[in-house]
Amino acid sequence: MSSLTEKDRPIVQLLLNTGTCPRCILRFCCVGSQTLYRHPYKDLMKDLKEFLKNNQEKEDTVCSDVVDPPCKRIRLEHTEEGPGDLNHNGALQQIPSVNDGNTAMEDSAVKVCNVCLGILQEFCEVDFVKKVCQKVNSADYQFTSFVFSVSLPPQLSVRERAAWLLVKQEMGKLGLSLAKDDIVQLKEAYKWIIHPQLSEELGVPADGKSLFEVSVVFAHPETEDECRFLATACPDCFKPAKNKQSVFTRMAVIKALEKIKEEDFLKHFPCPPSSPKNLCVAVEIQCNNGAVFVAGRYNKYSRNLPQTPWIIDGERKLESSVEELISEHLMAEFKADSFNFSSSGREDVDVRTLGNGRPFAIELVNPRRIRFTAEEMKGLQQTINNSSDKIQVRDLQLVTRSAIGRMKEGEEEKTKTYSALIWTDKAIQKEDIAFLDDIKELKLDQKTPLRVLHRRPLAVRCRIIHTMQSEYIDEHHFRLHLKTQAGTYIKEFVHGDFGRTKPNIGSLLNRTADILELDVESVDVDWPPTLDN
Amino acid sequence: FSQLQHNNCISFCRICVITLAEAHPLLQNGKTIKSINYQISANCSRLQNKVSGKSKRGAQFLTELAPLCRISSSDGEEYTIYSCIRGRLIEVNENILSNPAILQEKPSTEGYIAVVLPKFEESKSITQGLLTQKEYEEVLLKRLNSSS
Repeated sequence: MSSLTEKDRPIVQLLLNTGTCPRCILRFCCVGSQTLYRHPYKDLMKDLKEFLKNNQEKEDTVCSDVVDPPCKRIRLEHTEEGPGDLNHNGALQQIPSVNDGNTAMEDSAVKVCNVCLGILQEFCEVDFVKKVCQKVNSADYQFTSFVFSVSLPPQLSVRERAAWLLVKQEMGKLGLSLAKDDIVQLKEAYKWIIHPQLSEELGVPADGKSLFEVSVVFAHPETEDECRFLATACPDCFKPAKNKQSVFTRMAVIKALEKIKEEDFLKHFPCPPSSPKNLCVAVEIQCNNGAVFVAGRYNKYSRNLPQTPWIIDGERKLESSVEELISEHLMAEFKADSFNFSSSGREDVDVRTLGNGRPFAIELVNPRRIRFTAEEMKGLQQTINNSSDKIQVRDLQLVTRSAIGRMKEGEEEKTKTYSALIWTDKAIQKEDIAFLDDIKELKLDQKTPLRVLHRRPLAVRCRIIHTMQSEYIDEHHFRLHLKTQAGTYIKEFVHGDFGRTKPNIGSLLNRTADILELDVESVDVDWPPTLDN
Repeated sequence: FSQLQHNNCISFCRICVITLAEAHPLLQNGKTIKSINYQISANCSRLQNKVSGKSKRGAQFLTELAPLCRISSSDGEEYTIYSCIRGRLIEVNENILSNPAILQEKPSTEGYIAVVLPKFEESKSITQGLLTQKEYEEVLLKRLNSSS
């Protein structure tokens, strides 16, 4: 083991005797060679013992000093915490020397490491890798890379601290120091070992920026209560949890460990840490793909279709909705868990959307499939359009999350054009409505319409009708085309909403007017990009 | 008879608009409105009602008998218009102050008196407690018959 030097010897001896696994030993000796950690467990164990033996053969006296430092205390079984006084010379158990130790350590069962609780032991082995990959493959995701995230039990941080204090003390005797940051992090070493194995088995590289996440949660029930002493020492780090979840989260434990004084820590936690009976358990292995975004424009041809499902008291008031008709097929093709539909404004149930349609975007959450060619998207578009005559979509395409912002800015800033079928109580002639065509930039004051007042704040909105164009039909009907500022309530402009929208068609014509039909003729947003459909 | 029956209540998903009903004396021929006053007591003016947010916080709370305004006609009569609906006062119609004529010309639309939002739990029972147009007409007929 060329990475280890003379000064590492006492540390290796100490940690090996107190129940620490070879890889954790390398970590505390600040060995930074990734490949070394990937060596098989047995080989590492053998090499470490060789390393110690070499020295033993040369210098017996030094060896005995090293073998029997006054601070050691071996606990081979999980016992009650007692004061872990490093300087206590009495009541030491008989510490086996390395020679005797060989028999103790070479038991058929590998002892669970007292620092990593098996993470750098069992959970680096091919069996566990196979288990993870099996889960990934059966979940049937499409991915080109992966990020592997690991959640470790909080006790590991506590044990790491105890081990560091132990090693620091030992090195102090040699006049050497050991900064916490010099030690190789457990998670980092773990990833050095497991990433190449996962990568090989899954056939794709590990990439920190990958949208496909494989996550494993580890727990160690046997030592769950080990963190409790931190709550009495640093109570303000542990706030009562909202749910039943444990207060002892990793973050809270780490925070407390930063605060607690060394002496207090050693009073409450055994140093070296005790050897556990059991390994950690992999509680959860989950896969998750980052969301994909599909955008397009929709036309609405029904006067009986809400934008979102209309459900009151659990009862559906109207069949289906714009978002369901579009998303249904996307959900099936992308095999997503759920969706979030948003659009550049929206229209009422009884209003049609004509022209180029209204821009929309759908976020598909945790999709199993993520790659679609332009042809496949066209095919999807066709499927949606074939499935319903109430809505039609165009320009269906994959977009990035940031592109959504363009759509929302359209909602507030861009103009819309409408066509309204208007009824009047008193008769009208062509001349009576002609003047409307000449009105430009008409300013309206619109109080929050009564029909939405139950769910919106009361306010007055100033909105502009840019242009109008009238089409006489008969003495009581005409069609009006309008181009308006975003956010204008058209229906209220026609009927006046109890005089709360001023001016209104009724006041302009000096009659009572009502709106019979409304169509959106265009939503003047140039996003998403037009495709040749 | 009770003045309560002279109010009309038009409702859209919980929002109620209070207007004068057909048979209200102010809507009969020959009446001219002299003044409309939203100051119903020394401490309370309906004009000072201010609401904020979706839930209309700060609104004056009305019970059925809470006065909305007092209207005097030129023949010396004074009429108090009552809410008839329990709920939060959203707004009173200020247009009728500047143009009292619309109260008589368009009592059911531009000449409305006030907008009230009942509590969510009470909205259903309130709408059920109202008379339909037909039922109202029957009540009026009964009154005519009993007084003649």
